[in-house]
Amino acid sequence: MRKSTFLKGTFTLAAIAFTLGAFTACNKGGSSTEIIVGEFASLTGKEATFGGSSHEGTQLAIEQLNAAGGVLGKKFKLITEDNQTKAGESATVVNKLISKDGAVAILGEVASSRSLEAAPICQSNGVPMISPSSTNPKVTETGNFIFRVCFIDPFQGTVMANFATKTLKAKKVAVFTDVKSDYSKGLAKYFKEGFTKAGGQIVSELDFNGGDKDFKGQLTTIKGANPDAVFVPGYYTDAALICIQAKEIGLNVPLFGGDGWESDTLTKLGKEAVEGNYFSTHYAPDVATDLSKKFVADYQKRYNGKLPDAMAALGYDSAMLLADAMKRAGSTDGAKVRDALAATKDFPAVAGNITINEKRDAVKSAVILKVDGGKFKFVETVNP
Amino acid sequence: MMHVGAKRSLLGAILIAVVVSLLSAQFNRYYRDVAIDVAINIVLAVSLNLINGHTGQFSLGHAGFMAVGGYIAAKITLVFGVAAAAWSQPLIFLGALLTGGIVAALAGLAVGVPSLRLRGDYLAIVTLGFGEIIRVIFQTSETFGAATGLVAIPKWTTLGWGFGVAAITVYVVGSLVNSTYGRGFLAVHDDEIAAGAMGINPVRYKVTAFVVGAFFAGVAGGLFAHSKTTLSPTGFDFMKSIDIVVMVILGGMGNTVGVIIAAVLLTAVQEPLRALGPLRGIVFALIIIVLMMLRPQGLFSFGKKKGANA
Amino acid sequence: MHWLQQLVNGLALGSIYALIALGYTMVYGVLRFINFAHSDVLMLGAYSAFYLAPRMEAVFGPQSAVGTLFIIIAAAAICAVIGILIELLAYRPLRNRPKLTVLITAIGVSLFIEFTCQHGAVFGADTKAFPKLLPSRELHFAGIEMASNDLLVLVLTAVLLFAMWFIVQRTKIGMAIRAVSFNEKAAALMGVNVNRVISFTFGLGSALAAVAGIFYAMRAPGIEPLMGVQPGVRAFIAAVLGGIGNLPGAALGGLLLGVLETVAGGIPGVSIYRDGIAFAILILILIFRPAGLLGRAVIEKV
Repeated sequence: MRKSTFLKGTFTLAAIAFTLGAFTACNKGGSSTEIIVGEFASLTGKEATFGGSSHEGTQLAIEQLNAAGGVLGKKFKLITEDNQTKAGESATVVNKLISKDGAVAILGEVASSRSLEAAPICQSNGVPMISPSSTNPKVTETGNFIFRVCFIDPFQGTVMANFATKTLKAKKVAVFTDVKSDYSKGLAKYFKEGFTKAGGQIVSELDFNGGDKDFKGQLTTIKGANPDAVFVPGYYTDAALICIQAKEIGLNVPLFGGDGWESDTLTKLGKEAVEGNYFSTHYAPDVATDLSKKFVADYQKRYNGKLPDAMAALGYDSAMLLADAMKRAGSTDGAKVRDALAATKDFPAVAGNITINEKRDAVKSAVILKVDGGKFKFVETVNP
Repeated sequence: MMHVGAKRSLLGAILIAVVVSLLSAQFNRYYRDVAIDVAINIVLAVSLNLINGHTGQFSLGHAGFMAVGGYIAAKITLVFGVAAAAWSQPLIFLGALLTGGIVAALAGLAVGVPSLRLRGDYLAIVTLGFGEIIRVIFQTSETFGAATGLVAIPKWTTLGWGFGVAAITVYVVGSLVNSTYGRGFLAVHDDEIAAGAMGINPVRYKVTAFVVGAFFAGVAGGLFAHSKTTLSPTGFDFMKSIDIVVMVILGGMGNTVGVIIAAVLLTAVQEPLRALGPLRGIVFALIIIVLMMLRPQGLFSFGKKKGANA
Repeated sequence: MHWLQQLVNGLALGSIYALIALGYTMVYGVLRFINFAHSDVLMLGAYSAFYLAPRMEAVFGPQSAVGTLFIIIAAAAICAVIGILIELLAYRPLRNRPKLTVLITAIGVSLFIEFTCQHGAVFGADTKAFPKLLPSRELHFAGIEMASNDLLVLVLTAVLLFAMWFIVQRTKIGMAIRAVSFNEKAAALMGVNVNRVISFTFGLGSALAAVAGIFYAMRAPGIEPLMGVQPGVRAFIAAVLGGIGNLPGAALGGLLLGVLETVAGGIPGVSIYRDGIAFAILILILIFRPAGLLGRAVIEKV
């Protein structure tokens, strides 16, 4: 490596810098004929059903909105990016959606950890972001451009804590947390607080890594502590395997969890082992409001008879709310839309009416479902 | 004489970088971020090249050093920098980057020492193991945000910082290898036992390679943290290390200019590759296989013998 | 009290690691390199069983022992062929290149298999439900609960380990394998067909990995293209722990690692580090006893 290397190196660096200077196309403003909305979701990878469902809901909403003529005289253009359930990808794709594609609003994500990646980017760019179902409080704490249309984990944790005490009549509960997921850790924390406040006792606390396939070591210890029930605030693939292995070592108490369980993969993988277990979520298709019934019918027509789950309903609601906010604001300008979102009161939505509180969270009820005959059956609604 | 020319090139490069950076407010934000990614990858590739290419030790855990540097730098900034006065922020940034680099260098020392006894594939596995252990440590440590990682890191990395550091890295690594002292790296690469018989202490060179390489990887990690504004432990896994290794192989192990070009190419090509969707990974893997079969010396080495310098 | 239960759990997990570790160690023994793609053969074994199961069900009825046996043998055969093909196409052309080149190629092959299988047109990246191959009963004895499938895994692994020992120690091809791992050039001079030995080794190791993959899927019936990565890494560490190149060492390492992981997982406060424990063991072994528990230190000649 001689002087030529240094010169070559310098030239290379300089060339790059100048070439990029040539891309002086300023940050893309919105197109004048369309409203560009960016969506990021986990369409593939470990939590693919989440992304798939929420995308289907969102897409249905956009299609319906466009069929009705769009908003403010313009139609919507939805640009969807897949983050492959990988950490770090969400930040990259949201950056692209905003700076390269010119999105004026961002919809996403289901999982709190990925919403947390994208939120600071939306906030610093002044682009409103609506998460369909991220429940960790930190997401909206990022800044005043970040909203969600679902409840948050302090509420969900308390819901399940009360459910455990009152309905399951459990006095001793073990908690089995996914240490790789903020959602799981947050929900576990709030559950523990709520449960001990309601007079219960946490007899065992163990951790697993999301994606693990062997849980028998931990489950054996949990069994040894003799709990009445086990709280597993994780995601559906792990939950299914945990239920199976629990039965295999003779841990025959009810297992229950949060909205991370909501997926048909839970029953496909878990089969008999998940029967009789419970989880909380945002929405049940058998809840009988008119809006919900119409949504279910439209969804089944659009997607070959498939039944929508909570993520689909919330994906739909997030898009509808965005359109409504733009209408109320009379503009797609970030700050104006943000203000309109913050002022949302009693917006009629499929998964329950949405009122946005001062923390930019939605005040919503939770529903508890039970796995019965391979399907999710509605048990009860819990109001905040 | 060569050194004077080198110093001039270095200063020139830094100057250009800073000037462009000051003008960069006009640039499309997205492309500017891609450019910063290029700069960071150059630093990573060149620093890994010192360990893999010049000294011939196979390290599969480079992302671990990057993680150490990134987390430490981000933590310092979050604690001290955010509340500090605007004039002091660049200084705090510099301090954070350097501290991150130094701690990463210490990690490099920790990895380098066991490497003394191991060769080839054993070493590769140990470095992989270290990389994973570092990731697990950050994933379980509440101080560093555990599974969430760190968020809301101020976006202080600019083109100037990125390319400035890249230029310094190229200069330092280049000078190191080109000096009389630095011939020792190549000697250890070619034949460790013979080198030992000639009075060169392979221990010193191997460890130095790790320490210096780790330092720059750490600084790159700091730049990365202040560009992406979030750090997550899973972003520094085995795949990230492989990404950097591919840049080094593509460029030609030991070939600094080749490695720089490879880093630029591979970063720039990420965006159009993304459009390929699920084919992206397959193409990436095929590139590795084909490269190893047909042109293991890298795309940009021309008529170079094994062990010869760039 | 539940130490015994944990031991039993750990042995079941460890026997799967042992089966995979055998493959790593045999290939390292004859070729002196780490076959990164081994963990993906595990996955391919599980998927082979996944696709074969419905056809077997049509013939033998659901959850039949005979049907399962057929599935295991068929999947092992398929993966043996795949393993031989990988060696032929990707590693043999590089036989005389520096070890690092082959290592990187192996990484490339592994990634290629994983990404291709993740593509929607092949298997898809989502988790599929592995069919129930055998009815699983809960067995109770000595205060322990064990799934009958776990017991089956333990027994079958023991059988396979014995079979491996027999092949390597008592057959002609086994002697050839030992000769090639001792000194390839000398073996060739003595008339051993080195290429055939290597192919055989790959085939055998891959067959074992396929069986391990099926057992693994039986315990955790969710399969996806990356399922081999974690057990693969653990099995590799087990092989190193036992002494890489050493067959009983690999088995011992596998069982030991399975037990350690399970026990650690059951201790509150430690379970969070379960991922890191395997790697910590790896580094400790390589620093303090790089030859492994049962291995011999090799002096590098000038």
